[in-house]
Amino acid sequence: MTQATAADFASVTRPRHRDDAWAQRAAITSIMALLLLFVLAPTLMLLFRSLSHDDGSWAGLMHFARYLSTPRLVESLVNTTLVVSASSTAAVGIAFVYAFALTHSRMPLRRVFRVVALLPLYAPTMLFGIGLVYLFGNQGLLTHGLFGRLPFGIDIGLYGRVGIVLGLTLAIFPSALLVLLAALGGTDGRLYEAAQTMGASRWRTFLTVTLPAARFGVVSAVCVAVILAVTDFGVPKIVGGRTSVLAVDVYQQVVGQHDLSMGAAVSVLLLAPTALAFAADRIVRRRQAATLTSRATPYLPPVNPARDSLLLAFCAVVAAGVLAVVLTPVGVALVNNWPYSLTGEAPGPVLTLTHFRFDEGGASTYGGAPAYFNSLRMAAYSAVVGTALTFGAAYLFEKLRPMRAVRRVGYFLAVLPLGLPGLSLGVAYVLLFSRGEVAGLRNPAAALYGTMALLVACNVVHFFGVSFLSATTALRQLDPEFEQAASTLGVPAWRLCASVTVPWCAPTLLEIATYQFVSAMTTVSALIFLYPGDLPLASVSVVHLDDAGLTQSAAAMCALILATNLAARAVFEAAAAWLNRTTRSWRGAAT
Amino acid sequence: MIGRASQAGDVEADATPKASLPRAPTSLPAARAVADPAAPDGVSVRLEGLAKSFGACRAVDGVTLDVREGELLAILGPSGCGKSTLLRLVAGLERRDAGRIMLHGRDVGDLPPAARGCGVVFQSYALFPNLTAAQNVAFGIDRRRHGRRERAERARTLLGQVGLTDVADRYPAQISGGQQQRVALARALATEPSLLLLDEPLSALDAKVRAMLRVEIRRLQRATRLTTLLVTHDQEEALTMADRVAVMNRGRLVQVDAPRGLYQRPADAFTAAFVGVMNLLDGWVIETPRRLRCGALALRTCEDAPAAIGSRVTVAFRPEAGVLYTADGSVARENFLPCRVEQVEFRGPSMRYYLAILSPSPGVPGEGEGGRSNMVLADVPARDSAALDATPGAAIGLHIPPEALRIFGDERSAR
Repeated sequence: MTQATAADFASVTRPRHRDDAWAQRAAITSIMALLLLFVLAPTLMLLFRSLSHDDGSWAGLMHFARYLSTPRLVESLVNTTLVVSASSTAAVGIAFVYAFALTHSRMPLRRVFRVVALLPLYAPTMLFGIGLVYLFGNQGLLTHGLFGRLPFGIDIGLYGRVGIVLGLTLAIFPSALLVLLAALGGTDGRLYEAAQTMGASRWRTFLTVTLPAARFGVVSAVCVAVILAVTDFGVPKIVGGRTSVLAVDVYQQVVGQHDLSMGAAVSVLLLAPTALAFAADRIVRRRQAATLTSRATPYLPPVNPARDSLLLAFCAVVAAGVLAVVLTPVGVALVNNWPYSLTGEAPGPVLTLTHFRFDEGGASTYGGAPAYFNSLRMAAYSAVVGTALTFGAAYLFEKLRPMRAVRRVGYFLAVLPLGLPGLSLGVAYVLLFSRGEVAGLRNPAAALYGTMALLVACNVVHFFGVSFLSATTALRQLDPEFEQAASTLGVPAWRLCASVTVPWCAPTLLEIATYQFVSAMTTVSALIFLYPGDLPLASVSVVHLDDAGLTQSAAAMCALILATNLAARAVFEAAAAWLNRTTRSWRGAAT
Repeated sequence: MIGRASQAGDVEADATPKASLPRAPTSLPAARAVADPAAPDGVSVRLEGLAKSFGACRAVDGVTLDVREGELLAILGPSGCGKSTLLRLVAGLERRDAGRIMLHGRDVGDLPPAARGCGVVFQSYALFPNLTAAQNVAFGIDRRRHGRRERAERARTLLGQVGLTDVADRYPAQISGGQQQRVALARALATEPSLLLLDEPLSALDAKVRAMLRVEIRRLQRATRLTTLLVTHDQEEALTMADRVAVMNRGRLVQVDAPRGLYQRPADAFTAAFVGVMNLLDGWVIETPRRLRCGALALRTCEDAPAAIGSRVTVAFRPEAGVLYTADGSVARENFLPCRVEQVEFRGPSMRYYLAILSPSPGVPGEGEGGRSNMVLADVPARDSAALDATPGAAIGLHIPPEALRIFGDERSAR
């Protein structure tokens, strides 16, 4: 081309007005609207109702005063404090040694121990209560020394604080373990080499290298443990007996006594420690991030048979305990009429699937098989919707540039659910969505009440924070200049997202979907207030079956949930392996 | 004498053409922009009073600059001087606080990046990891005007022009840093830009690859006559590649000149020290504007000091401008600094001497003055150094010809 014409020039510099700023703004605005409606509005509603009467008039701190002047309720506040501190300490302590064994030893079977320890994550927490009942309860296997086959029985006085602490410890152990595994596993091997060359003893190395590196992890694990222990409903409901805790109080106030204002007040009480722990955790994690460098090398523990044997023994005991509590109800669900036919002259345990029909003793009134399928559907919807929304929100807030202030608020609203206990969320949703009128105005959101959509929304919000943060972490690994490169190339953000960002984040998306699915299958806390009569749910029916004394059916339902979640996990593993194979060529050194 | 400016010329002159690079890739669109109807004055980019602050920090502080049609202009400055921000303002990746951005006579200050017609090569390259080299290049080609096959074909052509046909189907993780850089260049050219913006394009590469790519980018740029803005903190990169260099410091342009002019006539002490190596001494103007005192030493210059008699100035000279004499015999000469050799560095074609200035009267010139050390550097061609008896500890004389001395107003007041 020798001489160019004006037309040629025009074709070169003609503005390619594919400016997608308006689309970006629209997307951010939509996700903000959702967060406002499903996160902020219920939270504010909850706070408002805890300070007002049923008719909406101002009550100030009256409900709290009433709470604190009711001896039974004060007692449950004391109980909560005791069981939460005991179980958090125990769970974090055990998890620390366990995590140390998995990351800093050469003991055999480390993978197996890891899998066993994480098993409780896939079961509803009621399962641990039921397991403890079958082991240590009035008719427990161990209470009567294996039906008199042992010369002694172990009666630990399960029902009450003991049972709650045991159950909660088990329930929060895997979560604390995950945090500590990350903290201890991230230790820089170079530091150990340096300590070695300076002739530091093993003990000194542990004190100066291992502990400081894990310090933030421990604090973080404690925060996670406290949040889970304060808010768990399943364990105290099953093994609490007459001992009440805050979480059960909320349930009793709302479901038992229909006192929504008091329910809201207790929910707020429940929310306070959670929010504190959550805030502490965020601060600690931010500081921890700064101590990690990308040049760290993996750590290979030195050979030390004595250490490995000790740790192996410890892990074996812990893993055996976990397996016993988790698997006993599964076994019980699979035999006929426990425990009576095992004792006498009748034939020994007979394997049967009777309990999975959910038709004995009126079990079907609590949902039965339809409840399971409803839960399955709800979990599937939650996985899809939750993954799309959390990733979408993370992408919009992390990668796009318009509406900076709005995105900041959005980020806050997206992590806010981390500090919201499920029970509080459930009460908040009831308050916001159950009434056709709020303060004399028609409430259009009430149309959602009693629908599958609201159950899914509640689940998605309940587990939004964790998913959102994993999505954000994955997105931050991507070069922030990608969006800018695309904008100079005239490619709209959505196309970049579809062809680059989503493929890159696919493993994280899978993980989020699995997490949302598993959580939706196991959770009770928020849903127990929200599910409509024509939509019974599996996890909720466990509570009701147990209440009705149909413990074997409850165990069967738990087993079904556990099996489903493990199957979901297996699907996830297969998909992740496939992804890893197909994308290895371009992930290269980046992963 | 080793002059960096002449070095710059040498690199261009000596560069042997690489077979992989076509001499005149006429299909590259920018060649058309030569006859720019909207900018009859031959100015491609005109920046007027451009300003951008981040909070209290003035990243770009009133920059006015013309980039001529088809030239490669380097923006050179230390990190944090605002040069990248300036580039991003031109690209439309940042919004300006004040000023005008004219591209080919068109005010583009309010246009989104895509509408400005700039091709940008990012410092990190920002290559999409899950797309092959060819897919990366094709990514920005207009989908409405070009079909799928046409886009693929164009991507291959562009990759051919940067000599990368054989890695077209590889992923970024599978090719070298230098190859990634060229893929990024091809991708930036794929949108038929009328202006190419390079943000520290070579900083992530090792020295050898960097030197090679400098030549390649420059040749491609010359062949296409594509107006190019290059942002770099590497003075060698700026001097060897650019037609003109704009030195930037603290958000402001300090000097815009051809590489040789910049090297030989730096406008102030900052530029002098930043571009090439410069010896800086504190001094005072005495008697006449061409007589200076540096501690106890009297110096004569060929240019008038830009300051009143009696005021403080900075005296500067290049290491290669000084001439070394074995101490005995030439003590009485004018512009002569008695020194002691502290260290000798072998640099291949030349030797570098680290010299401590000896003051005839003790204490002057000391290290305390202006915090400057009394150490100066002298570069001597390797073949001349053999005749010098200058091992560390030896006394030696440094003669600075009056015409080699540059005088700047005191930098503390000049800044």
